Amino acid sequence: MSDFFKNSDLSRNEADNIISDTLKKCDDGELYLENSKSESILLDDNKIKNSNYNSDLGFGFRAVSGEVVAYSHSNEISKNSLKQSSDNLKSTLKSSKGNYNYLIPKSNKKYYENINPIEQKTLNKKIEILNKVNEYLRSKNSDVKQVTSNFSGEQKSIEIIRSGGETLTDVRPLVRFNVSVMLEKKGRKETGVYGIGGRQSYETYLKEDNWKNVCDEALRIASVNLESKPAPAGEMKVVLGPGWPAILIHEAIGHGLEGDFNRKKTSAFHNLMGQKVASEGVTIVDDGTLDNRRGSLTIDDEGTPTEKTVLIENGILKNFMQDRLNARLMKTRSTGSGRRENFRHIVLPRMRNTMMLSGKQTQDEMIKSVDKGIFAVSFGGGQVDITSGKFVFNCTEAYEIINGKIGSPIKGATLIGDGPSILKEVSMVGNDMMIDPGIGTCGKAGQGVPVGVAQPSILINKMTVGGTKL
Amino acid sequence: MVKDQEYLEKKASYCLDLAKKFGATGVEVNVGSSISETVNFRKKKLDESNRSDNLSIDITTYIGKKKSSISSSNLLKDNLNILIEKCIETTKNTPADEFNSLPDKDLLAKEVKDLNLYDDNHIENDGKIEYLTRLEDYASIDKKIVNTESSFTEDKSNFILANSDGFCKGFKTSSFVASSVTVAKDDKSMERDYEYTLKCHLDDIKSAEELGKAASENTIRKLSPKKIGSEKIAIIFDKRIAKGMLSAFTSAILSSSISRGTSFLKDKINQKIFSDSINIFDKPDIIKGLGSKSFDSEGVITETLKLVEEGILKHYLVDTYNGKKLNLKSNGRCGGTSNLYFDNGEMSFKNLLNCHSKCLYITETIGHGSNIITGDYSVGATGFLVENGEFKYPINEITIAGNFKDMFQNITLANDLEFKYSTNSPTMMIEGMVVAGK
Repeated sequence: MSDFFKNSDLSRNEADNIISDTLKKCDDGELYLENSKSESILLDDNKIKNSNYNSDLGFGFRAVSGEVVAYSHSNEISKNSLKQSSDNLKSTLKSSKGNYNYLIPKSNKKYYENINPIEQKTLNKKIEILNKVNEYLRSKNSDVKQVTSNFSGEQKSIEIIRSGGETLTDVRPLVRFNVSVMLEKKGRKETGVYGIGGRQSYETYLKEDNWKNVCDEALRIASVNLESKPAPAGEMKVVLGPGWPAILIHEAIGHGLEGDFNRKKTSAFHNLMGQKVASEGVTIVDDGTLDNRRGSLTIDDEGTPTEKTVLIENGILKNFMQDRLNARLMKTRSTGSGRRENFRHIVLPRMRNTMMLSGKQTQDEMIKSVDKGIFAVSFGGGQVDITSGKFVFNCTEAYEIINGKIGSPIKGATLIGDGPSILKEVSMVGNDMMIDPGIGTCGKAGQGVPVGVAQPSILINKMTVGGTKL
Repeated sequence: MVKDQEYLEKKASYCLDLAKKFGATGVEVNVGSSISETVNFRKKKLDESNRSDNLSIDITTYIGKKKSSISSSNLLKDNLNILIEKCIETTKNTPADEFNSLPDKDLLAKEVKDLNLYDDNHIENDGKIEYLTRLEDYASIDKKIVNTESSFTEDKSNFILANSDGFCKGFKTSSFVASSVTVAKDDKSMERDYEYTLKCHLDDIKSAEELGKAASENTIRKLSPKKIGSEKIAIIFDKRIAKGMLSAFTSAILSSSISRGTSFLKDKINQKIFSDSINIFDKPDIIKGLGSKSFDSEGVITETLKLVEEGILKHYLVDTYNGKKLNLKSNGRCGGTSNLYFDNGEMSFKNLLNCHSKCLYITETIGHGSNIITGDYSVGATGFLVENGEFKYPINEITIAGNFKDMFQNITLANDLEFKYSTNSPTMMIEGMVVAGK
């Protein structure tokens, strides 16, 4: 645990007084302190290209009154700096008449261990594995022309001090291991990317020769893409594989169910609570409580314990994801979804691990039912326009389906759909739910946070595929 | 106040000396300080104020051909001592790379040009509030506008870049940015759009009236969109989207992409990659330019480059490391381009719209559909159907796709270039792309 006041001219007691004084006429607010240490080691083009270590320290001071948020952050944890922030908050909220809500739920559950993954494996050991990755891939296939692989690890310690002195703390480990491989054959180049990670030590993921599985998967995807044909263009049936393709759920549905967009009525879902927004059999949850998952949190960045929030139950819209501000204004409770990238940013309602639960059908049944369509197995990034509800994502591994059979692989194409209606087009839900390997980062308002997704195979009746073949 | 030159120089030289003492044979330090203040409005009321006081330091140490780096936001001596020691330790344990080195001394910038990038004016939050109040009044005149969000940010930054070969320079910059995002609604649809203004100097930003009206107009015209069928059709890219073609081009000519062999433009130097009429400049010395600078992030002098001349690729963007690998001298583009733009075409905007009896005018794309290795491009898009030069109706839920290699050869530009961003393009037409819709 970090002692944020150790090297400072500011004592804990003085900080408490400034916090309570600043927030006395506010509805909410806190001092958020953060100390993070992170590393990244990159192998690229046959060499260790980069070894970087970062240490980041600072505070963010927030005062909330009605709908107004005043925020000030600094790297300098000092008396001067905190007072300057306090003055800044007070000047924004001059006429504030709030009632501070001292109540914050408690839980003893922890979803990851208090470890520093960076120190659990030496630099030499990490470099050794990266070099093995490079040699393994290049010796396995002579078409391999480029290998990029990296480790990144982080330990983030946070402390939240609320008015009245209540303190909440959390220490969050996070690691990721990634492999990208480029093949070149007959003048054609294609890549495959695969990675794993979560809130554990590197050892957990890379015990024995587990890194080989990551390499094999990246190589397999690249090999498939070398054989790919131009993708079709137009509306057709789409079968999504289990696991990572759930970023469709994240983009199409997840963002639209975040509290802020619904309070502001800018989400296409804002007036659909309690209504049918998906086919029967479709249940979607956002869960921060899965052990060691990338999107899991013991407490959120306002100190609220996380939970498993049911968003859509059997097709009916049940809940939005809430932080304290939006929950208060919408007269409901926080779902422990208040998150920020770091102390430089304000809290926003965000997703954690967003999952569509299993149904009854098999992937085989889905493929067999399709005359003409595509089978999408893996995706790159996605994006959504919250207001119009239109969302996209890019296939990185996909195949055509002809007469109930999987055909040739197709080139990376963008799929586009309409968030509020897409789930009504889901006609089969598979029995094979899978969680992604732990690689997702979600962007919103310039803030990136680690998230997870999960889903079974699903069949969507109609989506537009953005290929070039008419 | 942002930290002054003297404070930053002192920190930098402390780190240089300490790293050398610990055994570094080469050191590079970048110390930065910035303060930014933002006010956000929503529905004509104050929504958020945000003050951001940032310090940063990046240190790279070399021992012979070994290299490692650290970064931190904590500039206290105790912390710097620990980090530099750790950096040296990591450097020793990192394998050597023959191409690692500081830039050649004779390429380093000799002076910081006065490009008028800093405006000492300060706009208090009350002044921002006054501007945003007027902006939102204009943005919400039309009853179809159901939500307005707007924002005003003032940013002041200063930095010093120093290395163990004696380079030690930096400069202050400022920026003022106001933006307006509006949501419009009718029986059939809800749409969002925006407008913004970004300048180095406060007096140069657009008026609240102009900005609010533009955001509102951009949004209302998108209401009740239709979906069209899949077909091959000429596409006109609004300026704000057209500049994205330059970003894709930039990624493909980075010396790192070339040396790694991961670019569709590898080995295309001195070859024709665009249509004959295309000229692309990167000009770092534009007065008040949003991307202007005297040197790149390694201290190498930046001079104007004509990247593409009559369709022919003339330069890659070269930094020290990849330059050594490719046997090229750095051209001061570590960290990317400065003020990058397509030179004006011949045709007026109106004539461009009239080139085809039917075309698509794209105002927004979503998704990350550019593949720099293969050149494949596929993104979601919204825009308008244009017939005989007239805007007919809005369109959404379509994708547009092609391959940059073909797209670049089929570009026609209008003559309406303006310097609104650091990367700019006139309105652009590309023929031969595929639209996927119904």
